[in-house]
Amino acid sequence: MGEKVGIEASIAIAEAAGLANPDVIAAYPITPQTHIVEHLAEMVANGEVNAEYIPVESEHSAMSACMGASATGARTFTATAGQGLELMHEALYIASSMQLPVVMTVANRALSAPINVWGDHSDMMAVRDTGWIQIVVENGQEAVDNVFCAFCIAEDQRVLLPVMIHIDGFHLTHVIEPIILPDREEVQKFIPPYNYPMPLDTDRPVTMGGVGPPTIYPEAKKRQDVKLRAARDVILEHWARFTKAFGRQYHPVERYRTEGAKILLMTMGSMSETAMGAIDKMRDEGIDVGLLKLKLWRPFPFEELQEAVREAELLVVVDRSISFGGPGGPFCSEVKAALYNQEKRSKVIGLVAGLGGRDISVDGFVGITHRGIEIAEKGDEQVLETYGVRE
Amino acid sequence: MQNYTVYVPRLTPKKEPFAPGHRACVGCGEALAVRLACKAFPPNTIVANATGCMEVISSQYPMTAWRVPWMHALFENAASVASGIEAALKALTRKDKRPDNGTKVVAMAGDGGTSDIGLQALSGALERGHDLLYICFDNEAYMNTGIQRSSATPFGAWTTTSPDGRESIGQKTWKKNMAAIAAAHDIPYVATACHSYPHDLMAKVAKGIAVPGPAYIHVLSVCPTGWRSAPDLSVRLGRLAVETGVFPLYEIENGEYKMSLELSTLRPLQDYLKLQGRFRHLSDDTIKEIQERVIKEYERIKERAR
Repeated sequence: MGEKVGIEASIAIAEAAGLANPDVIAAYPITPQTHIVEHLAEMVANGEVNAEYIPVESEHSAMSACMGASATGARTFTATAGQGLELMHEALYIASSMQLPVVMTVANRALSAPINVWGDHSDMMAVRDTGWIQIVVENGQEAVDNVFCAFCIAEDQRVLLPVMIHIDGFHLTHVIEPIILPDREEVQKFIPPYNYPMPLDTDRPVTMGGVGPPTIYPEAKKRQDVKLRAARDVILEHWARFTKAFGRQYHPVERYRTEGAKILLMTMGSMSETAMGAIDKMRDEGIDVGLLKLKLWRPFPFEELQEAVREAELLVVVDRSISFGGPGGPFCSEVKAALYNQEKRSKVIGLVAGLGGRDISVDGFVGITHRGIEIAEKGDEQVLETYGVRE
Repeated sequence: MQNYTVYVPRLTPKKEPFAPGHRACVGCGEALAVRLACKAFPPNTIVANATGCMEVISSQYPMTAWRVPWMHALFENAASVASGIEAALKALTRKDKRPDNGTKVVAMAGDGGTSDIGLQALSGALERGHDLLYICFDNEAYMNTGIQRSSATPFGAWTTTSPDGRESIGQKTWKKNMAAIAAAHDIPYVATACHSYPHDLMAKVAKGIAVPGPAYIHVLSVCPTGWRSAPDLSVRLGRLAVETGVFPLYEIENGEYKMSLELSTLRPLQDYLKLQGRFRHLSDDTIKEIQERVIKEYERIKERAR
């Protein structure tokens, strides 16, 4: 077992990607993801990682090169953020639709304009429906652990889908944390060797990415949806394997002090850590409040969510992105949709907060919770509110 | 001509990596060019194809015209996908994860996918020095979407987005010089070719693949649908493009220009233009202007080849 060391999360993520023994890395610099690919470039340059590093000329080409490499049977890694993820957008669909198991870490960042390089979930929400498996982490250790799990999940013959790991830009990527990095042997044992079943191979020529006319397109898309949903069990399986090998546990919807809680706060990403502080504070004040932390964004964990909120009367969902002219924050919309058909369900109030890297403090989460209670008492679940914004 | 039909089949590889039965238009010069290019492939070749006519006519599920491993992803990224394939082959071979069977990578795209939307990806791939051949099959407009102008459309040509009219002579800009742009990356091999010179085309493809590092071949491909020409004139039109000096055939090897076919006298431009509906509206003055430019450009390339 590796030692616990103080290390910047980005560097630890790069170390983890390196330990996974990738064959091809293609990446383009963008804040706040740069430290990940810089460190990978360094490890390749020093011969610590035996991979081809393609310093592409755009994120669009980063994803395109990853797709070409993955289709050839290479274990492939990249990282991006914000505008970069947006520039990749159309390519993301190709990677998932053509079953190319690329692993990508995303340093979540706000979208321009105005240009803003800080942490925000707008980039994540914009790629919600691209068919990727999407894991959201709340600290550096979770990021590292899930890099290993991501390769296992993506390359599992039952899955063969790309995996995105969402890591809040700056809030996580640039924070120095105590992180355990496993030994190379442990990682090698945990991640099985990669065998892509249908690579571009001159001995067995395949045509990949042909035209899908209306006679076949709907079936192809239906199959893709079925595959992504079915990936859930495999994700749980690899997380369980991870627990067995390394001890740490992951769950699609994690609970914090939810026992007896009538009010639940729900978050994803790094803000969950601060939110836990707010829960402690409110519990001390005698408020029956708990926290749900979403870890698996796609495939969406309907059952786990329904189970987790069964006893609650109020659920306050915090969105770090905004859906212009839409039904509130996209995260909250999804949660509402997941609970709509429940016979007995809690009220769901959505608040948008922390856009463009604006900090949400412990008191902020206390305020958000109280504001949620206030709105719920008035009975208006449709209120669209951005917390802590100057009017 | 009789001799030609006797000797050409003997001198041409019999293999057809690009199989017949695809859906190209009657008289498609691009399909012919692709077929010839594929004949020149070494045994182990992987193709990355951009969106465009060739992808659409060759890969409609559940059929395929490709007997080589072939991948299509998007319109503007054939060069990037090919970069990834090449890097993967290198890494996997080095790590003993696949046998070293000398697999080669060819990227293909049309003129829109190359000189417009895919230019950045192409420039990146050439600059990074990947060992691949990029072939642009240039039919001088976005033919797949219905004959819209690209930066490779020649001056004066009618297209649906460069129509001639009271205020317009058609395409207002001169054709982008892709061979020069590719050569400006200091890559080892650049060439122009045309399906009407099959042996020249095949030799250049073989050379482009064999040379270590990036290579670029720009292939003029006659499009009867978009050029408004008779389908049975495609081969003749390709020859006329070369004989009039409109599309000179040459190579640029390590920066050195070399004419593939040096003509002492050029045929009059009109021989080429008059067979195509897309130039029908041109006035004598415009034709004269184009003629002068063609001669000047031809002389310039000849000069460089000296």
